[in-house]
Amino acid sequence: MEAVMFYVLAAITLISAIFVVFLRRPVHNVVFMIVTMIGLAGLFLLLHAEFVAMVQLIVYAGAVMVLFLFVIMLLNLETVNPAQDARAARMWVGALLSLGFLVLMGPVLKMIFPSGPTVGAAAFQPGMSNTEIVARELFTTYLLPFEIVSVLLLAAIIGTVIVSRKRSG
Amino acid sequence: MVTLQHYLFLSAVLFTLGVAGVMIRRNLIVILMSLELMLNAVNLSFIAFAKYLDSIEGQIFVLFIMVVAAAEVAVGLAIGVAVFRQRGTVDVNDINLMKW
Amino acid sequence: MTDLVWLIPVFPLIGFLINGLFTRKLPEKAIGWIGSLSVGASFVVAVLIFLEVLGMEPGSRSVQKIVYTWILSGDLSVPIGFLIDPLSLVMMLVVSGVGFIIHVYSIGYMHGETGFRRYFAYLNLFVFNMLILVSANNFLLLFVGWEGVGLCSYLLIGYYYEKKSAADAGKKAFVVNRVGDFGFLVGMFLIFITFGTFDFTQVFSEATAKLTQGGLMVTGITLLLFLGATGKSAQIPLYTWLPDAMEGPTPVSALIHAATMVTAGVYMVARCSVLFAMAPVSMTTVAVIGGATAFYAATIGMTQFDIKRVLAYSTISQLGYMFMACGVGAFASGIFHLMTHAFFKALLFMAAGSVMHAMAGELDMRKMGNLRHKLPQTHWTYLFGTLAIAGIFPFAGFFSKDEILFYSFERHMGFWILGALAAIMTSYYMFRSVFMTFYGKSRVEADVAHHLHESPPIMTVPLMILAGLSLVGGLVGIPIIQGWHVFGDFLSPVFAPATAILTSNAHGAAHHSLALELILMGMSLAIAVGGLLFARYMYIVDPAAPDRVISRIPEIHQLVYNKYWVDQLYDILFVNSIVKFSRFLWKAFDDAVVDGIVNGLARLTRGFGGVLRQLQSGLVKDYALSIMVGVVVIIGYLVLR
Repeated sequence: MEAVMFYVLAAITLISAIFVVFLRRPVHNVVFMIVTMIGLAGLFLLLHAEFVAMVQLIVYAGAVMVLFLFVIMLLNLETVNPAQDARAARMWVGALLSLGFLVLMGPVLKMIFPSGPTVGAAAFQPGMSNTEIVARELFTTYLLPFEIVSVLLLAAIIGTVIVSRKRSG
Repeated sequence: MVTLQHYLFLSAVLFTLGVAGVMIRRNLIVILMSLELMLNAVNLSFIAFAKYLDSIEGQIFVLFIMVVAAAEVAVGLAIGVAVFRQRGTVDVNDINLMKW
Repeated sequence: MTDLVWLIPVFPLIGFLINGLFTRKLPEKAIGWIGSLSVGASFVVAVLIFLEVLGMEPGSRSVQKIVYTWILSGDLSVPIGFLIDPLSLVMMLVVSGVGFIIHVYSIGYMHGETGFRRYFAYLNLFVFNMLILVSANNFLLLFVGWEGVGLCSYLLIGYYYEKKSAADAGKKAFVVNRVGDFGFLVGMFLIFITFGTFDFTQVFSEATAKLTQGGLMVTGITLLLFLGATGKSAQIPLYTWLPDAMEGPTPVSALIHAATMVTAGVYMVARCSVLFAMAPVSMTTVAVIGGATAFYAATIGMTQFDIKRVLAYSTISQLGYMFMACGVGAFASGIFHLMTHAFFKALLFMAAGSVMHAMAGELDMRKMGNLRHKLPQTHWTYLFGTLAIAGIFPFAGFFSKDEILFYSFERHMGFWILGALAAIMTSYYMFRSVFMTFYGKSRVEADVAHHLHESPPIMTVPLMILAGLSLVGGLVGIPIIQGWHVFGDFLSPVFAPATAILTSNAHGAAHHSLALELILMGMSLAIAVGGLLFARYMYIVDPAAPDRVISRIPEIHQLVYNKYWVDQLYDILFVNSIVKFSRFLWKAFDDAVVDGIVNGLARLTRGFGGVLRQLQSGLVKDYALSIMVGVVVIIGYLVLR
């Protein structure tokens, strides 16, 4: 059952990811990106990371992707780029390099984890939900990084406002 | 039986797709999306490690990555908007201000 | 007081800095007195030190004061240090004393000149360097002063730089001096190789131990040093710059090109008397060159009409005397003559300057005549100077010149004959200048004539002081009577080692015959008077005589009048060939090879840059591509290794 779920979700994720990369219209890209996110959220659930899966759905598939969609609408990017690319050669080099990277990943994974654990412990802590565990960790051990990250978000907010502000001059 | 290797390989393929998107696409917005794809691929590995190494740290890390990714997207899109205002395009082949 | 010896050069340096930097707004008088008093202060310090040294034992009158270490590198250690001994004291007194008088005179002479400030700044800088030169305790510091005075000489010759002849004369002086400096430098290097130090005291005390009598090394060193001296002191063959140096203001000619700087060579030879004494060949060379220069310059002096040029050639000639004195081993006599010469030659130049001042810059003696009533003070002082240089008893020149002639006679009859001939010519051309300028019929042009006026007191008082010194300056060196030659006795400790070497070589001391000394004295007086009378005959009694003589021997007159065509000869031999060679180097080497290499490198770099700049496309994707290449290559290496 788990294997079936994995393969189905993996197929959804991969195919939609391929559409993200290769479809021409940006709106389609965004839509398939959302599908990819949902597939990944399913995989996270499969891996007993329920809280992360929900965040993935709400923040990524919801907020971030909607932001993309807004920008695309705002800039009216529906006009498809002309097919002519002066740098097509480089594009092909890039594609080849990506392929080479993928090919190399196989042996790398085998080298690093020759015989990884095939299955983990059933639960991290008995009698505790995943959300509870994550929350405990975040507000105890990782409290300082957690606070720092909030500052990062603040910086991003300010930066975004300043960069995208229309200059009055 | 689904092993760690399965997840890792799936993650590697996703990551490669993201790389390919950055290499191939010219639209700044789509390139940003490809970057998100790469980040998500990494997230997948982390979650898989968390499960198979029996450690919650992987999930915590993923949460932080998501925050950074959100910030990155916000700033990146803002820059994209600003560039579009200035030059009327989001084609990275036309944006070469780094060559002075 | 000797601890304060460093003040002597520092005062003029302060004057130079003040006048060079700050006195833009001050009136001329203030600038002039700042310059003069800074030198005067040096003179006062020098006198005080002199008095203190007089109080010491004659044998221990040599004090070294090290101010600080200037260069310390491996074996080489050069201090800024001063050597106080009779020789340097005499030089310091002469330089600062005569310098002070000439500074004061300059206030009047340079009145109203543009660049008054510049003039006094340079003059102070010159005095500073000259004092460094004479008070240095090592060769390198001496060389600093040596080059410094050369620089100031160049600057002051070219003082009227908008005049091409003045600028050219400055360049000529500089370049000719370089030739001499080359010799001096190489000589210095040889000294360092031999002794491992530049320190005077050390070098001279170790000279007998480290060098062989008359050996190749000591001969080489001394000849090279002497080459330097011929440049600075205008001896054959490097004398040609001095007559041209008269382009500078007249007080400069008096101070630099008569009284002080040109005597630096004599001072240096006297300073190195030990080395020279050990090299008989060099001694003979010095004496021969000196004698020949004395004679040769005197012949030219007889034919010139420019009053300053006459004086310039007489300077060369008198410097020749000094070298001849050194060459025959009479170093003290050379310095004695240097001192008296400083008095009367400065006087003569400044009196000539006073004449120029009255004549609106006229230098040609053919346009003068009968000025003695209009310029009484100038006339008398000039006459005093002439009597002194001609060697008429009891003026200063008589004693010093007679002494040189006496020692030359002792050494070799030939030197005496050269000297005596030069002396008679000196007497002749100097009185010729007196008669042409102050006596006879007036040939002054009408519009100049009614402007004739005596110079202001600020110029005539210095003249009178120097005239007094020209009269009595020789009395410090009265010969024959034991103990009355105060000057010689004062200097003798300095030259004692050299004299010891010379007498041991001569095998038995020279016997001073009183009769011989008196006869020679009488002869030199007769020579001087003879020159006087001859000049009087030619220019007062029978003014047509000179033209008759010229028409009798026109070729010889032309030859001498044109200074034996030496300038032209040098132009052909050295200047033109060097210019041609330089031009060749410029075109063939500099333009083609050096520029070729430099430009070639630049072109190569630009070519590479042109290729490499393709990498900087400014496109993010290209950079991402490069990153990817790196990633794949590194991972590929790790996997496939």
